[in-house]
Amino acid sequence: MSLLSIEDLDLSIAGTPILRKVSLQLAAGEVLGVVGESGSGKSLTALTVMRLLPRQVRTAGRVLLDGTDVLALSEAAMCERRGRAVGMVFQEPMTALNPLKTIGAQVAEVFSLHLGLSRADAERRASSVLERVGLPPARIPPTRYPHELSGGQRQRVVIAMAVALSPRLVIADEPTTALDVTMQAQILKLLRRLVAEDGAGLMLISHDLAVVAAMADRIAVMRRGEVVETGPGGAAAFEALVHPYAVALREASAHEPARPAAPPGEPLLTVDKAVRDYPLPRPHPFAARRHNRAVDGVSFTVHRGESVGLVGESGCGKSTLARAVLALEPLQGGRIALAGHDLAGLRGPTMAAFRRRVQMVFQDPYGSFDPRHRAGRIVGEPLRLLDEPIAPDARGRMVAQALVEVGLAPGDADKYPHEFSGGQRQRLAIARALITRPDLVVLDEPVSALDVSIRAQILDLLADLQTRLGLTYLFISHDLGVVRAMTDRVMVMSGGRIVEEGDTRTVLDHPRDPVTRGLVDASQHLDRLLSQA
Amino acid sequence: MLSFVLRRFASLVATLVVASAVVFTAMEVLPGDPAQVMLGTQAQPDTLAALRTKLGLDKPAPERYVAWVGGLVRGDLGTSYTYSTPVSELVGERLQVSLPLALLALSLTILVAIPVGALAAARRNSMTDLSIMGVTQVGIAVPNFWFAMLLVILFAITLRWLPAGGFPGWGNGPWPALRGLILPAVALALPQASILARVMRSSLLDTLGEDYVRTARAKGLSEGQALRRHALRNALIPVLTIVGLQFSFLIAGTIVIENVFYLPGIGRLVFQAINQRDLIVVKSVVMLLVASVIVVNFLVDIAYAIVDPRLRRRG
Repeated sequence: MSLLSIEDLDLSIAGTPILRKVSLQLAAGEVLGVVGESGSGKSLTALTVMRLLPRQVRTAGRVLLDGTDVLALSEAAMCERRGRAVGMVFQEPMTALNPLKTIGAQVAEVFSLHLGLSRADAERRASSVLERVGLPPARIPPTRYPHELSGGQRQRVVIAMAVALSPRLVIADEPTTALDVTMQAQILKLLRRLVAEDGAGLMLISHDLAVVAAMADRIAVMRRGEVVETGPGGAAAFEALVHPYAVALREASAHEPARPAAPPGEPLLTVDKAVRDYPLPRPHPFAARRHNRAVDGVSFTVHRGESVGLVGESGCGKSTLARAVLALEPLQGGRIALAGHDLAGLRGPTMAAFRRRVQMVFQDPYGSFDPRHRAGRIVGEPLRLLDEPIAPDARGRMVAQALVEVGLAPGDADKYPHEFSGGQRQRLAIARALITRPDLVVLDEPVSALDVSIRAQILDLLADLQTRLGLTYLFISHDLGVVRAMTDRVMVMSGGRIVEEGDTRTVLDHPRDPVTRGLVDASQHLDRLLSQA
Repeated sequence: MLSFVLRRFASLVATLVVASAVVFTAMEVLPGDPAQVMLGTQAQPDTLAALRTKLGLDKPAPERYVAWVGGLVRGDLGTSYTYSTPVSELVGERLQVSLPLALLALSLTILVAIPVGALAAARRNSMTDLSIMGVTQVGIAVPNFWFAMLLVILFAITLRWLPAGGFPGWGNGPWPALRGLILPAVALALPQASILARVMRSSLLDTLGEDYVRTARAKGLSEGQALRRHALRNALIPVLTIVGLQFSFLIAGTIVIENVFYLPGIGRLVFQAINQRDLIVVKSVVMLLVASVIVVNFLVDIAYAIVDPRLRRRG
């Protein structure tokens, strides 16, 4: 008999059907990967097993956990099972812990709640669980608060709570999506080890086919509230998938846009021994000011028409460097010049000219749009940087042209940001960046927040625009697959310095620096995984 | 934690210095001669000169400022012109009414608002929630002097449970004095509690939607347990800010209620001093009220740090 058996699960929110006849099986000791894009219903399926659904939700069908239908249980009986029979790990480690309680107390709560242990006993058990997930009390005392831990460490605490009582079933919903690649690999390994030790079943939910394939014994592909295909996991997973959607998903995640090689032109951006310091808070009012050196003597040149990648783990200084290149923050040493003009001396009109020539696209376009502005105004905003004001009808024509260039319709100018989908918003952000015909575009994780099929389209668009408009890209990402597909050269950053740089394929195929090797090893890019099989 | 308290204390002292300078300057730049203002236009020249000497107006401003601040630090607030008694004595007497009144009103506010707000949030969109929202809306809208009069009619005149006004002093034991403060405290607390309950409700609703509450539920806590153990303390942080503001308001903002109940409090003292142009009293009491606001803010900051570990190390 299987550990978890979901049978013909229907789910609707306020009358709108969300899940249709979802059926999934998971045996003890097995890892079931559930993969699908956002809105496919995979998270709601998991929350149904936990019975942690929003109030307006109605369900039909059966969810058997060890033979008991959890949909028929009372709330009190569910409380006993949550944490004890089923543990759950969530996506956002930064917000999943109570900021006001120590990590030890939060883990200990599982023991006092379910086993009725005294405070001292519960805390002792909590320490040993924290040790088990790789947070030994000697190094990370249980008296720490969540804000004193990194994202990866916080996710370990959440995992500790989920596995504290060795539940029969662990559900992990996008457990590594918010983490960088090195951390991602560590957390996945940890999860796999823990469920194997406990003989538990693991339901791993992810939008990332590579992660799921690497981890799961069996895979279920979900789309629009339905399971469209189930198949074996491992490297064989990809060959075995036959459903057109599953095949499209597989192709999209390995997608590489066509980028005809263009000979690099003259140097466009020169960074020479750039240093960026942040002041640290003083320990007491009379202490000397201390600094954190985020960028430490970085030098490089980007040529016109080139696409240069900048990779590294979070906190390595790549975003700080990007802000300095955009002249959003001053340097404490060295210089940055665009086509020979030093950024340090830019004021008023020369600054406007610079802003016109250098534009940016961020990871989360929604956060960079004013929700009360219409798309036309958002896209047309950089036109203020032009030396001479332009007539409204000319402005309208330019906005319409920019929208068409990125694959949107001219009529979209009248819509508000919330009326666009995630991929369309990123197109909008690209249109905004291109409307002033910049020389250099800084792309900071431009596709990280997008589903794989949308990601493939946006990458195609970026590659196409670069060829047509002769753009130069500085492409920042932690996703080596994207960097491989999109850049000619790559620079690897660590601790504020560039530790390795060179031709993208050479660097990623034959990494010399340990940092690069770590990144490459950790990245679960599909071709690597497939070539292992 | 200690360094946090010390740093906050240093900023408290600095704020007090700036505030005293502002109060002093405000009094200086008022048009006209303070002695003339206090005596009125009919005053004899020699009376005026005598008062000017008494007030120290013949000395330069910085010297008077230092003398005034020095006096404040020693507890010497000067001598009231109209009452001919030391201002510190006057204020001390009045504080015996205003401070207990403010504390009583604030306790009532907190004791009612936090459970009521939490209940409304826990049962959001239910009849309970809707009724609480309706009642608090009325509580904010009703003028408190009118509500005070209703209280007097019901509890003092019809039921004869409590006195309609006046203050017997603490000399006859605590109970008669407290009896005199109950109705004014209730009248003061109604709008404050209504505001605070609404803040509590929306703050708790926000925290209930946080990821860590979902994590707590996944551990096996019931909805009520997750609310009490995880959401409540997080929800109290914005509530603390409002409580600090309300306490400052309750100390100073009681003029109307003190008039309705005929209570000899600070509010009435300021009111009378302004009418009688007793600038020495006005200046000192204003400074005292400013200082109380600053001290309460300091206490709120310390309370923040006790509730929120993230604030202890930073400043």
